[in-house]
Amino acid sequence: MALLIQSEEAISREGAQMPIVEPSASETLSTVSTPMISTPPVIERVYRHRLPVRISHWMNVPFLIILIMSGLQIFNAHPALYWGDRSDRDQAVLSIRPMQTESGEIRGMTTILGHQFDTTGVLGYSDDMRRAFPAWATIPSAKWLAMGRQWHLFFAWFFVINGLVFTAYAFASRHATRDLAPTGKEFRGIGKSLRDHLLLRHPSGKEAKRYNILQKLAYATVLFIVAPLIVFTGLAMSPTIDTAFPWLLTISGGRQTARTIHFVACFSFIGFIVIHVLQVILTGFFNNIRSMVTGWFLVQHQGVRHEV
Amino acid sequence: MKSEHAMERRRFLKGTLGAASLVALSGCDNLTQSSWFPSILNKAERLTETVQRAVTPKDALAKEYGVADISKIFPANGNTDPGTEQYAEHVAQNFSEWMLEVAGLVQASRSWSLAALKELPARTQITRHDCVEGWSAIGKWTGIPVGDLMRQVEPLPNARYAVFHCADVDDEGIAYYESIAVADCYHPQTILAYELNSSPLDVPHGAPLRLRFERQLGYKQAKYVMKIELVESLAGIGGGKGGYWEDQGYEWYAGI
Repeated sequence: MALLIQSEEAISREGAQMPIVEPSASETLSTVSTPMISTPPVIERVYRHRLPVRISHWMNVPFLIILIMSGLQIFNAHPALYWGDRSDRDQAVLSIRPMQTESGEIRGMTTILGHQFDTTGVLGYSDDMRRAFPAWATIPSAKWLAMGRQWHLFFAWFFVINGLVFTAYAFASRHATRDLAPTGKEFRGIGKSLRDHLLLRHPSGKEAKRYNILQKLAYATVLFIVAPLIVFTGLAMSPTIDTAFPWLLTISGGRQTARTIHFVACFSFIGFIVIHVLQVILTGFFNNIRSMVTGWFLVQHQGVRHEV
Repeated sequence: MKSEHAMERRRFLKGTLGAASLVALSGCDNLTQSSWFPSILNKAERLTETVQRAVTPKDALAKEYGVADISKIFPANGNTDPGTEQYAEHVAQNFSEWMLEVAGLVQASRSWSLAALKELPARTQITRHDCVEGWSAIGKWTGIPVGDLMRQVEPLPNARYAVFHCADVDDEGIAYYESIAVADCYHPQTILAYELNSSPLDVPHGAPLRLRFERQLGYKQAKYVMKIELVESLAGIGGGKGGYWEDQGYEWYAGI
């Protein structure tokens, strides 16, 4: 159970800042003969994130940014993806390359499963440079494979260790089963939750105290599917690890498939981060940030209305 | 009033995020250029080597493929022709005068002609070549296990590295070389190959002899090998990092 503490002080302090709900015009009309009073909305302080989760979360911010950007640097050294064990040039499932047009102009072309897109300015050719991902997206910004690898293979260790510590904690403290695992009832309400998300309707009151079904699915997928996948496909690209654990190659479908999955998993991470940050901003930026920094999250309960 | 406030907040957030990413990027570039940070990043190499060696059985073989898996085109990367006069002469003579010398910290140094090497028991393996850039190609290699040569010269106990001196020099005249641990020379798949896909090695692929060190990345597979020197330390050879690419910042331990 999340630790619930109702602090009188917090309620009065926060409550004082909250506008008292004014009856709307139509309500005023219909209830004109019965005077109503509203108690101010109650603010509950919830201890939402425990210290190990907070530390692990914030460490991942630099780790992921560095891993993604140095990973794009490494990708730039051979900007094409394949399926299987070999990289036959004519069999690429994706490639991002500069190409010269008949007029001599260089365009950045991205080819996905045979479909070609002109991505000049971002992919393939940017700032007068022939490079798959632009300088602003890579570490280091200049084309420098050796240094990109150094960054990547250094922070990969921290990412893995952080992930292992988090996973051990999440299961030992029952954080994983209690807060992240969706229940059957929640699964049945997935349609409603999806609609609420699309309409940017966010849960409040009691509902806001726990993760909703889409949140649970997103976190659980990223933590227990995408993150392990990205680590294992990364390891499957290592020729030494392939000799130690040949099954890694077998289950990933070959070294080049592993590389492709690694790339797709990376962009799943990027997609998650974009939506995650957007939701943080939309659902009360400062409250969310405070809860991930101090642990304390404020939940607002609607004021109760009484007839006099 | 409220929307103005929200817009201001949005502008503030946008500005903060933009500034943060700029600071992060230029910060990373500054760290990369600093004298101390890359040497910290470098520490991961030792950890990776220690862990990978601990989990990998000493004689575990890299996956060997079938004939059907062989790449139609095996890309030739790095130097594709040593370009020196001496090498051109060897090409003209079809490498009949090419000698491989094994020397340094050994009981008895020895030299073999290419013909003599081809008399020795050979090993053929169809393996995957993983370039540091990311691509992979599969080829069938035939050559002499380096371990067999080691058993003939008997390395001294203090010999730690086998340095492969090559015939190629880059545009700036820097000679190509590479090194691996002496212990890794005894791995059954560590061979000096003279054939690729049942034909004598061609010049782009490292004629007449190239190292195949299957459990590590492509840049360790030295081409145009003339001499194997056994040493205790890599300091003083080339840039001191153990190889041409290592001197340019690539890891000596290329297991990942």
